[in-house]
Amino acid sequence: MSETAVRAGMGKGAKTKPDSGRMRRIWKNRAIYLMIVPGFLYFLIFKYIPMSGLIIAFQDYQAYLGVMDSPWVGLKHFERLFTEPMFFTILRNTLLLFFMNLLFYFPVPIILALMLNEVRREVFKRFIQTLVYIPHFMSWVIIVSISFVMLSMDRGIINELLVMAGFDKINFLMSSDWFRPMYIVQVIWREAGWGTIIYLAAMAAIDPGLYEASRIDGASRFRQMWHITLPSIRSVIVVLLILKIGDVLELGFEHIYLLLNSMNRDVAEIFDTYVYTAGLKQGQFSFSTAVGFFKSLIGLILVMLANWLAKKAGEEGIY
Amino acid sequence: MVQDKTISSRIFDFVNYTLLLIIGLVTILPFLHVIAGSFTTVTELAQKQFVLFPTVWSLDAYKYIFSTNTVFKSLGVSVGVTFFGTLFSMLLTCLMAYGLSRRDLDGRNFIMFMVLFTMLFSGGMIPTFLVVKEMGLIDSYAALIVPSAINAFNLIIMRNFFQNLPEGLEESAKIDGAGDWGILVRIVIPLSMPAIATISLFYAVTYWNTYMQAILYLNDAAKWPVQVILRQIVILASGLAADTSGMEDIVRPPEQTVKMAVIVVATLPILCVYPFLQKHFAKGALLGSIKG
Repeated sequence: MSETAVRAGMGKGAKTKPDSGRMRRIWKNRAIYLMIVPGFLYFLIFKYIPMSGLIIAFQDYQAYLGVMDSPWVGLKHFERLFTEPMFFTILRNTLLLFFMNLLFYFPVPIILALMLNEVRREVFKRFIQTLVYIPHFMSWVIIVSISFVMLSMDRGIINELLVMAGFDKINFLMSSDWFRPMYIVQVIWREAGWGTIIYLAAMAAIDPGLYEASRIDGASRFRQMWHITLPSIRSVIVVLLILKIGDVLELGFEHIYLLLNSMNRDVAEIFDTYVYTAGLKQGQFSFSTAVGFFKSLIGLILVMLANWLAKKAGEEGIY
Repeated sequence: MVQDKTISSRIFDFVNYTLLLIIGLVTILPFLHVIAGSFTTVTELAQKQFVLFPTVWSLDAYKYIFSTNTVFKSLGVSVGVTFFGTLFSMLLTCLMAYGLSRRDLDGRNFIMFMVLFTMLFSGGMIPTFLVVKEMGLIDSYAALIVPSAINAFNLIIMRNFFQNLPEGLEESAKIDGAGDWGILVRIVIPLSMPAIATISLFYAVTYWNTYMQAILYLNDAAKWPVQVILRQIVILASGLAADTSGMEDIVRPPEQTVKMAVIVVATLPILCVYPFLQKHFAKGALLGSIKG
């Protein structure tokens, strides 16, 4: 709205000759366009050309022929994907990790933010925030490395403590059973603290009068949390949930690739690790692009679906 | 706010504070354990199950990792990539963000949509790899910087910050005869230093942590940044990783203390800038802008 007002004010001849007005405005802003050009080229070259490169999923891409001359094969690679025995394992692993993420990780920042929000001593609150934000700034390599050192069979502190407590050592790192819990714990450790930021910001905007009033009515602290704080951040929760669902298949390639080994491959292999192995390690560019394409497409459809559902439920959604 | 002094409310506070304290400690305990472990001897670590305080202190692990060039060189690579990468990213991000903050710009909405769409859909790993390869970036340090030069989130935060600057300032500068470049350099940038510092730190942390890019685009082990070396020493050397390329360098599995020392070396720079990061996001300066 203000934009149109500004526009109307800018081009003097806009009423009679809209086009010459626009051209004059563009010429006047030429320095601004020049500033945008490098960034624009970046998005074009490293984001949009790869998107158009998805057409190699429908070809038998040969490096020496290039995208233009490689032969077209239609849906061959997709057919292969759906008949590949690995496909269902990967699909299952991806979906399971996603649901575990949603169930065990997603509520943690909300609960932590609720707890932090109840702290009245600013110094204490900031101290705890300082501690729990730290892991977010560590790379996955560091997070996984620390886990490896601590979970190692060879003098890892966790196994030493297990032995002291009278249990057997557990080979966490080479076990299918322990892969998923380990993955979730690492996700919570790295991201839960940082995840509170956006909720805390939303909670800071709640009218203190609501709490005053409920206290006069005799509401306990728990009831205040439940009936005031939570409903007030509902729309933020919905938006983050949609974004999370959009990430359904982005479980963190970097993270899982670091944890993956021959002993847990049956539960740890996901679309991204499969694309990496098939594409870059084995050189099946077209097939792995088809796998990646399938994954991205599902992600896009899911985020649109989640957004549509949120709007149906009377929430704002993300677009 | 009037304090709630009922007994149940006090119990609530006590339980809440205690739980938060435990959560905070559990979060950083692993880091403290690894730091302590890196400063002791192998036998001390083997014999006593300490978590935080060894009885024997030693620098052996550090002497060992710096006895060869590998870790030292990789630290140099990481420092260089972080410095030049942050500079390059900030240049591109600030220019584009300022351009997009101008409300009178034709095509602004189209370019914004173009940026936002990349957050929902991407060409994926292999097509991006092919583009990087076509551009001749494979095995160059630029491969760690150029393909991820702009982070869409950071761009939007910067744009919103520029957009919220008072418009009157630009207007009056224009009346004084300043051009668009003059306004950007002499007015907008100096006024935006807090945001620029914050986003620079975010970029710097990302570049320091860069790992995937190196795995994808650098075959030459001599060019690997410290994160990749850390993975070689801690994860691959445990004989546990998905692939074992580059294993030849390591004769025998390194001791726990050595692994811990490498982790500390790769972590330390982040812990050093952390107080500065903390200062900025504690102010909440970023939060409003993320939502906008």
